[in-house]
Amino acid sequence: MASKQGNGGNIRQRYYIEAGNFATAGEAASNIKKLLKQLGVDGATVRRAAIAAYEAEMNLVIHSLGGSLELIVNPELITIIAEDQGPGIEDIEKAMQEGFSTASEHARELGFGAGMGLPNIKRCSDEFDIQSEVGKGTRLEITFIL
Amino acid sequence: MTIRDIVDKLDLKVLAGEDALDKEVRTGYCCDLLSWVMAHGPQNGVWITVQTHTNVIAVATLLDIACIIIPESIPVNDKTIEKAEEEGVVLLSSSASAYELAGKLYSLGISSPSED
Ligand SMILES: Nc1ncnc2c1ncn2[C@@H]1O[C@H](COP(=O)(O)OP(=O)(O)OP(=O)(O)O)[C@@H](O)[C@H]1O
Ligand SMILES: [Mg+2]
Repeated sequence: MASKQGNGGNIRQRYYIEAGNFATAGEAASNIKKLLKQLGVDGATVRRAAIAAYEAEMNLVIHSLGGSLELIVNPELITIIAEDQGPGIEDIEKAMQEGFSTASEHARELGFGAGMGLPNIKRCSDEFDIQSEVGKGTRLEITFIL
Repeated sequence: MTIRDIVDKLDLKVLAGEDALDKEVRTGYCCDLLSWVMAHGPQNGVWITVQTHTNVIAVATLLDIACIIIPESIPVNDKTIEKAEEEGVVLLSSSASAYELAGKLYSLGISSPSED
């Protein structure tokens, strides 16, 4: 599922996330958390990164057609990039509002769809960028300063 | 207070995490919307939820929530119990409602994360 490559002390790891697979959902985020802990990142930053990774992963599972989560760590920054192949977000401003959700009935029954994921990511991160195009896909770049 | 004290005082059933019962907990939270929990969940605390699918264990692991209590004897599937065991999350069950459990925990001194 994941590939790892080190170069000059940097860590780069990619996790492929399947659309609609609730059974394995959260595994990439758990993995990212464990890796950051092993690297000796401080507890508060690990927690913030874990929350952001989880919310990004769940959005890929719930809303996208499938995509990937990439973790990049260098001595100054942790970057998490979530990318998918669609369907894209029509109105990003609306999607960023607390409480806005288009989650399916099934996802809501499982406790998703509070419309809090993207706001959580923004609140947890030091830098947050979201790009999306309908019919193409969505890309989140989430950064934590070490 | 340890999780074991809570198990004894509230007469809870241990579904998973027997080995971690001596962990200390100070705060608690009650909510069934997972990203709401991600925003406010209690680090090293107790979480009461009616959600029983495996993802609650992922949420608990990511937030370092020590213990989950499932109210009203809601059946919990084996996968969730297995995952809790694997991750060292204590999973408890009670016949009482979430409201009753939260009230009792609060009166035992388990506070809200915001008051901690
Ligand atoms: N990767 C994505 N692809 C397409 N749409 C998305 C994606 N991520 C988010 N969205 C849209 O943005 C909305 C808000 O996302 P957000 O994560 O804040 O809430 P949610 O996923 O609906 O609920 P919660 O995260 O609280 O479980 C979603 O309901 C969906 O319409
Ligand atoms: Mg979400």
